[in-house]
Amino acid sequence: MMKNKADEEDYWNSSKFKAFTFDDEDDEFSRLKESKRAVNSIRPLVDEDDDEEEVEKVSWSGEPVGSKTPLLFNTYCAVIGWRDYVSDWSPEETVQRMQQGKAVSLEKFRSLQDKLLLLDYAVSAHDGNVITAPLWDLFVFPEVLFRELTDRQTALRHFIHYLTESKDQRLLLELLRYLPLSTPGLPLLQYKEHLGIADENKRRDFLKSCLSLPFSPEDSVHVEDHYTLLERQIIIEATDGHAERGGKQEIFQKFPRKASILNMPLITTLYYCCFYHYTESEGTYSSPLNIRQTFKLSEKQFFVTALAARAKLKAWPDVDALFTSRNWLGFTRKKSPLSFQRVVDVLHKNSAPTQVLQDYVALVDDAELRITLAQKHKCHDIVINTYRDLKDRQQLLGYRAKMARGSAEERKINELLNNSQIRWKN
Amino acid sequence: MAHSARTDCPELPDFFLLKRLARDQLIYLLEQLPGKKDLFIEADLMSPLDRIANVSTLKQHEVDKLYKVEYKPIVSTSDQLCFLIRPRIQTVKWICDVANADKATGRFRRYKIIFTPQKFYACDAVLEEQGIIGDVTTDEWSFYLLPLDDDIISLELPEFFRDNFLAGDQRWVRTAGSALHLLHSLYGPFSKVYGIGRCSKMAYESWREQVEEGEQKARQAEIGKVFLIDRDVDFVTPLCSQVVYEGLVDDIFKIKCACVEFGPDVTSSDKSIKVMLNSQDRVFNEIRNEHFSNVFGFLSQKARNLQTSYDKRRGMDIKQMKTFVSEELKGLKQEHRLLSLHIGACESIMKKKTKQDFQELLKTEHSLLEGFEIRESISFIEEHINRQVSMIESLRLLCLLSITENGLLPKDYRSLKAQYLQSYGVDHLLTFANLRQLGLLVEQQPGETLTVMESKVGKLVNDRTGGETGFLFNLLLITIFVSLRIRAGVPKSDEEYDLRVPRDMAYIFSGAYVPLSCKLIEQVLERDGWTGLEEVTRLLNGHEFAVTGYGADSKAKNDAQRIILVMFLGGCTFSEISALRFLGRERGCKFIVVTTAITNSSRLIEALLDNLV
Repeated sequence: MMKNKADEEDYWNSSKFKAFTFDDEDDEFSRLKESKRAVNSIRPLVDEDDDEEEVEKVSWSGEPVGSKTPLLFNTYCAVIGWRDYVSDWSPEETVQRMQQGKAVSLEKFRSLQDKLLLLDYAVSAHDGNVITAPLWDLFVFPEVLFRELTDRQTALRHFIHYLTESKDQRLLLELLRYLPLSTPGLPLLQYKEHLGIADENKRRDFLKSCLSLPFSPEDSVHVEDHYTLLERQIIIEATDGHAERGGKQEIFQKFPRKASILNMPLITTLYYCCFYHYTESEGTYSSPLNIRQTFKLSEKQFFVTALAARAKLKAWPDVDALFTSRNWLGFTRKKSPLSFQRVVDVLHKNSAPTQVLQDYVALVDDAELRITLAQKHKCHDIVINTYRDLKDRQQLLGYRAKMARGSAEERKINELLNNSQIRWKN
Repeated sequence: MAHSARTDCPELPDFFLLKRLARDQLIYLLEQLPGKKDLFIEADLMSPLDRIANVSTLKQHEVDKLYKVEYKPIVSTSDQLCFLIRPRIQTVKWICDVANADKATGRFRRYKIIFTPQKFYACDAVLEEQGIIGDVTTDEWSFYLLPLDDDIISLELPEFFRDNFLAGDQRWVRTAGSALHLLHSLYGPFSKVYGIGRCSKMAYESWREQVEEGEQKARQAEIGKVFLIDRDVDFVTPLCSQVVYEGLVDDIFKIKCACVEFGPDVTSSDKSIKVMLNSQDRVFNEIRNEHFSNVFGFLSQKARNLQTSYDKRRGMDIKQMKTFVSEELKGLKQEHRLLSLHIGACESIMKKKTKQDFQELLKTEHSLLEGFEIRESISFIEEHINRQVSMIESLRLLCLLSITENGLLPKDYRSLKAQYLQSYGVDHLLTFANLRQLGLLVEQQPGETLTVMESKVGKLVNDRTGGETGFLFNLLLITIFVSLRIRAGVPKSDEEYDLRVPRDMAYIFSGAYVPLSCKLIEQVLERDGWTGLEEVTRLLNGHEFAVTGYGADSKAKNDAQRIILVMFLGGCTFSEISALRFLGRERGCKFIVVTTAITNSSRLIEALLDNLV
């Protein structure tokens, strides 16, 4: 699939099927809307009341009660197998009978050898239900079971699943400790324990104890980050809770915190800090810049999150400042690690006013996209200027028709159309 | 659609029998506890039970009050409690708590647990451990199969997928075998059984054992052929966005037991309506398999016809009007109601799908399936993650990227994983481990890029021995995927793919991709076995089989030979069902889909999340 760029473009130009994109310009959709109006406008002839009957009742409305069918039922019993008696069976026969749900007695399998034979037959019969059952009989000393399971991967996986399902953490941890460290996924299974710890301080301490587990180098960084983050969240939560109750800090009064920041993902924490602690110096735990540094976040991650948080607060100067960089001549220009289209999207979702939006719409490189966005967000100046730059008189004429009579936009378009300096392409 | 469709498709067997058997056995079991009793039903059994027996049936057999199992202390005043549950340890433990709480207060009651479809030994162990074994009686309700429609039967066991493929727990293998055995006993004997996948092989063997245990009566077969397939043979198909109407409705509104709840945005009123979606709904039946782009046109036409029919009443005299009201009106009103609902659903779908995010998502998905603009797709996914948009969608795209690109470059894998954990929580380390284990999201090994791979395919085939890791399995899967895509999937570039007149099963993905699962079924049926597909099956981690003849004359050229039962172990999507229906019309045969559950991309990914207790 190492197609070069030219090939790709070639492909797209001649693509045989059009990627289906749910385009709402679709004619048929507008036809559908008409149809809907039509259907809705058809007036029923009879009262709507009796309609209730026709509506499918899906709760508790099975078929009418019929007579029992003893013949069929007997066949059925034969098919599914009804129980018979206990007797003296070999391990293999015992497994077969257990599979059939017939009564067996496991008591006579006293020797370890017998028990393991039972287990091995169960494994070779691929019946998870039966595999788990003989495990119980091996249970007198867990160590014996553990030892035998290390050589029996299928049975081991059944046992781990069983312990997980029955939430027997004590035995599960005992088992995990017994297994060789090379067992795949072992450190993660231990790490998983933290999910069951509700108290944040205990959880943090547990995570700290996980740091010594033999994770892959990559995962051990993630677990360390998890610990660092929770430790930090506990501090922030305590400080901010205190500040909120004290009622001295305006931001907490104006925008009361909706939920605790404990156990939230890192990006959510960054958003929170950009919201409540944006201007803090790099020295504090809750400073966005400090978080960015500590967790080595990319420019894009930081940018997207800060943008959303400041836009939410309608702190437009902060938003503006995010984009501003000075080049070596000292001119300022707007730069963004995110496409300006996406920036407009984020700002719009946070209900930015048109004056704010248009600054960013203007920065969208692609003329066509710029026009689409400008039209969507009613940035008339941009639409008009772009058509002017494209020397597209027809479009400009069309756009004039959409403007209010006597508006500034209409006047501007008229001035342009009367400007003899412009060489229109149409 | 499918104008080339053959008209000689055989009739499907009647699966109503399955419902009746299940109901009769349930009644029999309820009568084992004579007298008034309260019935506690496990939450996810409520809908399936609802399709089998209604409240009045239960009341007739002395069920007094019905409760949903909620794992809380109970308020029942009845002296007899009956519990209808799946064989889950958590539920059995809760029942033990209920019984022990009664004991502590000196209250005497009788307890009966009905496990469905079967009891596990582990449940007995819990009862024994909690000292309850003498206080409760247990039974099994062999309710294996729920017919959801004329051609869909579900085991309603969504946990099958995770238990079997992720946890490696084979508890449901026998269940699958028993379900097949039941179908064989009622609608067999099957003359030919094909299969692919480890679980399919085990389920097949379990079924054969059960056949040998019992006696087989000679009867006229109604189902001739059976195809068993594991979900992990093809992960691409269930990970794709669905664009065929029924699949789309499932993706957006979530179909549960063939029933969907349309909210106020669809019904244009303040209440929600539950609607059965099956072949009984005439409007739905005509659009369920259509590509979404055709659905508008169809509904518009239908609306015009309806208007014309209503208009007929103008200028009628009394007598004509009377006939109209008694003969046509009810049908028209029914159609009117259904039409409004489906139009409302389409509108709601359009509203969601025309949002910019969705458009971009779909475009990215197409790029991945076609293998173009991979860097652009990666940065789209990265931005998606950075913006903390849906964690399921982010994972779905990552998985598609990994499968279609034969694993991510180590640099990309690490960076995307780190950013994912930062956006959605480090707990997802476990989720990533799960995805890696299944081969859904992996790192590319050095020297195994797709291009290198394609040239190495032949060599790999020769060198390979059994016992695959998830990674290698995935690697091979993608090779197949790519080769099938090239060979069969994408149409020639000088032709438009007309979704109105689909020419192959690729129409279910707008012509972009032929579902691998269905392609395999088509090929095997065409060749009557795996001959000529050795390369493919070896690459797909095999376990394939084809077995002929069970007591019946397999050469018999009766209709049953053109009724093919396809059993998906681990779930199948509505898109796959639509593709098989298309194939059936093309080939003059009919497919019956038996699945452990209906799945889609979000159910598949959700089953593999591990960030909660």
